[in-house]
Amino acid sequence: MSAILEARDTEFSYASGPAVVRGVSLGVARGQLSALIGPNGCGKSTLVRLFAGLLAPARGEVRFDGTPLRSIPRREAAKRIAYVPQATALAFPFTVLEVVLTGRSPYTARFRFEDDRDRECALRALATVDAAHLAARRVTELSGGERQMVAVARALAQEPQCLLLDEPSAALDLKHRAALVRTLAALRDSRGLTALVVTHDLHLIDPLFDHVFALRGGALLAEGRPHEVLTDAVLGEVYDDPHVRTRRLEGRTLIWSN
Amino acid sequence: MQTLAQTGVLPQVTAVRLWRALALLAVLVLVLGAAALWAGARTLDFAALRSDPMARALFFRLRLPRVVMAALIGSSLAVAGAALQALFRNPLAEPATLGVTGGGGVGASIAIAFGWGARFSGIPVVFLAGFGGALAAVLLVHRIARSGALLLPGALLLAGVVVNLIASAAILAIQYVADSSRALEILRWIIGSVEVIGFDTIWRMLLFLVPCWVALLALSRELHLLAMGEETAGALGVNVERCETAIHVVCSLLVGVTVAVGGAIGFVGLIVPHAVRLLFGEDLRIVLPGSLLMGAAFLIAADLVARTALAPIELPVGAVTALIGGPVFLWLLHRRQRYSAL
Repeated sequence: MSAILEARDTEFSYASGPAVVRGVSLGVARGQLSALIGPNGCGKSTLVRLFAGLLAPARGEVRFDGTPLRSIPRREAAKRIAYVPQATALAFPFTVLEVVLTGRSPYTARFRFEDDRDRECALRALATVDAAHLAARRVTELSGGERQMVAVARALAQEPQCLLLDEPSAALDLKHRAALVRTLAALRDSRGLTALVVTHDLHLIDPLFDHVFALRGGALLAEGRPHEVLTDAVLGEVYDDPHVRTRRLEGRTLIWSN
Repeated sequence: MQTLAQTGVLPQVTAVRLWRALALLAVLVLVLGAAALWAGARTLDFAALRSDPMARALFFRLRLPRVVMAALIGSSLAVAGAALQALFRNPLAEPATLGVTGGGGVGASIAIAFGWGARFSGIPVVFLAGFGGALAAVLLVHRIARSGALLLPGALLLAGVVVNLIASAAILAIQYVADSSRALEILRWIIGSVEVIGFDTIWRMLLFLVPCWVALLALSRELHLLAMGEETAGALGVNVERCETAIHVVCSLLVGVTVAVGGAIGFVGLIVPHAVRLLFGEDLRIVLPGSLLMGAAFLIAADLVARTALAPIELPVGAVTALIGGPVFLWLLHRRQRYSAL
């Protein structure tokens, strides 16, 4: 399977600090749902920002569909790759629809407003994440979880080929965490969406995800199908925790730490 | 699936809404402008204007330029305030609270202390000095806020407070060492006024202000996205760094030039964008042009109050805007504390 997003020997460090991402080479397969796991501070978020084009690698390169990401104009890239940052508070009471409509911005010319087609698209995106009822609400009045769903809807309104999510489930409750993963899996199946999800919800990975990348100390430690990566040995090493235990049960992998 | 018909209650953000807002605000500017031209120490007498050269001179050399000046300064401060709020994602940001006005004031004071009249290829030195001071303040506040924002909520506004303190100390020092006539000039200028004789200064200001207005309006799409968050804007195709730089420079120029001419007129950039938001919604593509018009209307009205409230005594227009702006600031602060950190 061909990689739609590809990191080649990518290295990155924030101003004068140590390298956060060290020589990572990996390919996110087209039309697959991939998880990016690893302990806190291991460079997951930075790697995703590199894929989103928000950061430029210090060494190596990031490619989208075989083309170096930096040679793709930003607005063109925004039509193909959507990124949902970790939960952020909004300073202004925009309506939910206004926020989701910004996802149409890469398609809208300067000095133009979004048209009816864009509105339909935004409302469809909201409905996809089961948040259509929020459209007229102000984002400042929403719960953290609702805001997160709105951010995902905004990304879907970009009609991207590839969706990058940085810990989307952090503010979500049990039901919505599972629902979000199911939604992503459904979008993969229905329109071939590629998604890379940074997550700490290891128990939600198997069987809905197709692939898992495990990062530690800025380097890729393991990758493979969920049941290959989610094992006592690999997870123990990734999280540097000898107490991690996994068990396969009814086609899923249960994970806990003793 | 929800259809458009079912969500018909949602406000439409369309060109129609923008034009409706602009038309309303343009009427407001015209009405207040007419009132400001009519009212004053002597109310406007059309018959005298036709026959009496003295009355004509008073009108065309004093009153009309003064109203136009109020409009220019009001527009510039308001649109700069709207842009800075979006850029810093802080509804309490504006040229005065961020210390940009203070920085511009220091630059302008230095220029005044060394002599008003100086020009550099036709451009008053005081404009350039005001711009330099304002830009230094913007960059300083930006740096402080960026390094401290994660640790300290409200770092941005604290940075603004500090810059303002430094600026007023510097202005005081400049006044102290400058010779007495210049010191008095600085004092009169600090108080702030839109008084002007003739259109000479106005043309010179327009040379700077119009390109800045156009630049900010052209960046309104980017500012709308930046108001949602820096990373979100970046992911939607905005070149965040380039935009930030452009907005820093443009806002500094707007504030520097207006401060150099009008002195410290605070809170216009706070009150006006919020009023536009309350009336016409949060979309920056409406808030920016709306602030441009409402800023003009607001400062025309404030100056009208300053001229007529205690006539024949004239109040400083900066005092009028601060007396309205201070309470608005406190109200916003109170409201904002309810839902998030500064």
